[in-house]
Amino acid sequence: MATFRIKRFNPEKQPEPYFEEFNLDIPDGATLLDCMNEIKWTLDGSLSYRMSCRSAICGSCAVKANGHALLACQRQGAHLLDNDDTITLEPLGNMKPIKDLVVDFTPFWDKINKVKPYLEPKDEPPAKERRQSQEEFSIIDDSSTCIMCGACYSDCNTLEVDDNFLGPAALAKAQRFVGDSRDSKTLQRVQDLSEPGGIWDCTHCAECVERCPKPARPFDRIKEIMTVALEQGVHNNNGARHALSFTNSVKRSGNLNENRIPVESMGIFNIPGLLSLIPIGRRMLLKGKVPPVIHHSIDEVDDVKRIFKELDQ
Amino acid sequence: MKFALFTGCVAKGATRELMLSTTKAAEGLGFEFIEMKSASCCGAGVVSEKSPLLADALNARSFSIAEKQGLDIVTICSTCQGTLKKTEAHLNESKEYKEKVNDILEDGGHQYNGTTRIKHFANILATEEGMARLKSRIKRPLTGLKVAAFYGCYVLRPSENSDFENPDNPTGMEDIFAALGATPVYYPSRVKCCGFPIVMMNKDASLGMSGNALVDAIDNGADVVATGCPLCHLSLDSYQPEIEALQKKNQSIPILHLPQLVALALGYTPTQLGMDSHIVSTLKINQILSGSAPSSH
Repeated sequence: MATFRIKRFNPEKQPEPYFEEFNLDIPDGATLLDCMNEIKWTLDGSLSYRMSCRSAICGSCAVKANGHALLACQRQGAHLLDNDDTITLEPLGNMKPIKDLVVDFTPFWDKINKVKPYLEPKDEPPAKERRQSQEEFSIIDDSSTCIMCGACYSDCNTLEVDDNFLGPAALAKAQRFVGDSRDSKTLQRVQDLSEPGGIWDCTHCAECVERCPKPARPFDRIKEIMTVALEQGVHNNNGARHALSFTNSVKRSGNLNENRIPVESMGIFNIPGLLSLIPIGRRMLLKGKVPPVIHHSIDEVDDVKRIFKELDQ
Repeated sequence: MKFALFTGCVAKGATRELMLSTTKAAEGLGFEFIEMKSASCCGAGVVSEKSPLLADALNARSFSIAEKQGLDIVTICSTCQGTLKKTEAHLNESKEYKEKVNDILEDGGHQYNGTTRIKHFANILATEEGMARLKSRIKRPLTGLKVAAFYGCYVLRPSENSDFENPDNPTGMEDIFAALGATPVYYPSRVKCCGFPIVMMNKDASLGMSGNALVDAIDNGADVVATGCPLCHLSLDSYQPEIEALQKKNQSIPILHLPQLVALALGYTPTQLGMDSHIVSTLKINQILSGSAPSSH
């Protein structure tokens, strides 16, 4: 007998959410969604959650199971049991619960809309379709598999502390158009995406890659946008300056000059940014934690320089 | 046991106490760590923002150096570990890509064959052999010390590149703490991000992440947080006085590098391990171990 510990919430009856336990024998091969349906149909009809296709296509049934977002229809219930034969179900994170496991997706969709998720073509429509080569399509193939389930948005570490972040789903969708050979607004797109709340606010935690039920893997897509932004010369922000300073440091010495990178990331004319470095700099100086003033190169640094040259970097 | 030590940049720069304590821990454990002095920076997932191929070529060159020595690589930084493993995955994904990278390396006399394994220090210890070695060499069990692990994202995610058995709910670090005689503290934030990668871009969000993690560790009764990543250490220790969530609680918590914690149990003194160079005082740890201060409740 398995225990389903489900976070319940009905603001019309009780302002605070609470956990309720349901016991269920998990039938062989039943998905988590099958189990939820069984609970709703036989134990408590008031249990609320979203569902539709049961085939990992529609993206409706994402919930948190044992603390991590997943598609309920894509995983077997028995595989999710913890050591106490329990599965804890909660609504997706980073969005407001409406009732039980149903959350308000409004900010999620607002952010998708913000990245202009439609083609802005280069020229007038041709008589037939706009063709892409296999190579051109492969650049946007992964991001176009996104089913908008919100699992990545739920577990994004930056969103937990900053609502302004566009989030992994919208940025993966943005890559779908930044990388599209038929789109005419690449520069404008990467300029917009380099603003605060965009690509450079991604904290590299890869939670989104882990939660994504499809090959969309948002963090990988975010990195692709970063590369395009740098190629397009969108350098006037801390994220781009950081990437360039970092790479140049490795080019010069084979390793990182930690004294230079904070200053170069802020930008030498960014007075408030530079002033913000003083408290940490002072603390580290007093403890002798400042990296060596004379920066040493690695042994055989010439070979590293050769690689940079060979790749025109 | 002999390994090629990929030090990473931060252990030679802002957290030199990590390098110091790694040397001591290796000595105490009877490991031979040969420093890879001609290896370049792993790129920390930042060089690959500029050029993924460049980042992979540089790391493949480092792998080649260890291959020539016939040694497996040990890392002491979660970010190095994850970044190197990502390159390794790219190289093994496609034969054409591997050949392309090897063409770049050729003029420098390097070639990547894929014979060297890349392991984080924690993953060397969290094996049957590592644990047996650890347990047999402990001189000063860390009895009574409640230690909260902070893994560092890169060593866990993407999970296909992680050496931890269950990257969503790993126990490797906690198993090490228990072997050292300490009491592991489990808390949800142990597998989350410290926020360091965006401290230059969005400091409020960055310190929000580190603050939430530290409050979580403290609320779950930790005396100390131990991390396998020097970037997490910078975030959790060096930035700690600026973290608003802790200021509100009027609390602080010492942060140790994993090799410091291990070497403490192997009998080295806090000064030998550079514990006096931290921003947040580590004196409490000594007091708890010597019985002169109570552990957290």
